Amino acid sequence: MSTATVQQGTKWWSGGRSPFNATYGKVMMWYFLMSDAFTFGAFLISYGTLRFSQNFWVDPNKVFNSFPFAEGHNLPLAFVSLMTFILIFSSVTMVLAVHEGHNMNRKGVERYMILTIIGGAAFLSCQAWEWHHLLTGEHPVLVNGVIEHWNTTVSHNPFGPEVMFNGQLVHTPGPIAFGSYFFEITGFHGFHVFSGVIINIIMYIKTKLGHFDQRGHYEMIEKAGLYWHFVDLVWVFVFLCFYLV
Amino acid sequence: MSEHTPISPEITFVPEHPEDTKKIWKVFILLSVLTIIELSIGLTIYNIKLGGEGAQPTLVLAFKGMVCILTLAKAYYIVSVFMHLGDEVRNLIMTIVVPLCLFVWFITAFLVDGNSWKELRNRYNRPADAPTEQIAPTTQEAK
Repeated sequence: MSTATVQQGTKWWSGGRSPFNATYGKVMMWYFLMSDAFTFGAFLISYGTLRFSQNFWVDPNKVFNSFPFAEGHNLPLAFVSLMTFILIFSSVTMVLAVHEGHNMNRKGVERYMILTIIGGAAFLSCQAWEWHHLLTGEHPVLVNGVIEHWNTTVSHNPFGPEVMFNGQLVHTPGPIAFGSYFFEITGFHGFHVFSGVIINIIMYIKTKLGHFDQRGHYEMIEKAGLYWHFVDLVWVFVFLCFYLV
Repeated sequence: MSEHTPISPEITFVPEHPEDTKKIWKVFILLSVLTIIELSIGLTIYNIKLGGEGAQPTLVLAFKGMVCILTLAKAYYIVSVFMHLGDEVRNLIMTIVVPLCLFVWFITAFLVDGNSWKELRNRYNRPADAPTEQIAPTTQEAK
């Protein structure tokens, strides 16, 4: 996609115009997203540093192998793939909403915003199920020669190295940093998804009330779209760090 | 209509917007394909690991590297097309992309650091030789 052409002789930095040919609100939204990118980057990179400083780390395929309504089946990466597709699809509906906004098509914007809100709510429900499953799912752990049943929390990790015990492979306690990092990073991301859904609901209401028709442009939808895509982008990296690496 | 009056006085020219949504759907399909490839590599890593402890660690590392590159490709398409950064003025694009290059240094430095901790610990902190904590004897204990 070619970058927008800059006309010859235009004095971009002499005042009276935006030097980036973008409204103040849009430029500031980009810079806010940059700051948020560094925050998430700091969390994920510190997770990476800790993870690679350990001789043993949990295998995500063993921790994340369940699916709602399919308990007992071994389906590694299945549920998180569904979550990724839900978020990508909600990103697409968001871009389509922005596109309809460029064409000043209010009905189109309303339709696609509703779909984006539903996608965001679906993702949050999935994440809530995943948390519930980890916090309440009991796994056998060999502790001091006795089998106990542990949940996966910020203080307990039942997915440590496996040893033979009475002829069966059983886990021993694993690094507790895994739980802390998982809940903190997915929680922080989930909080962003939640605030994104709230912002999208407000955008939907404003669209329905005709505020953007009055204003003459739908740039607010575009700015909300930037935030929503950022949320999707962060998920892509969280997915990479926790489930694939 | 693809061109309209500028949104506010600070806008000098209005970039053209395409009438149709073909590009959006094309990128959606591309992102889905990249995700499916990543997932199949993930499952391949799972199956390799099932085949025995530490089986072919370099192959697993190569697969993880591929997954990282695919994720960066996804990030590029989301930012450039979905967030329309690719349509913006070049200077704005640079103010976003150049600081993000700091991430390359950030990631490399910290992962090398983490790995070095592991190597140093393994080399110098052998559990059998690790001294148990000794508390300096107080005058009372000497009694």
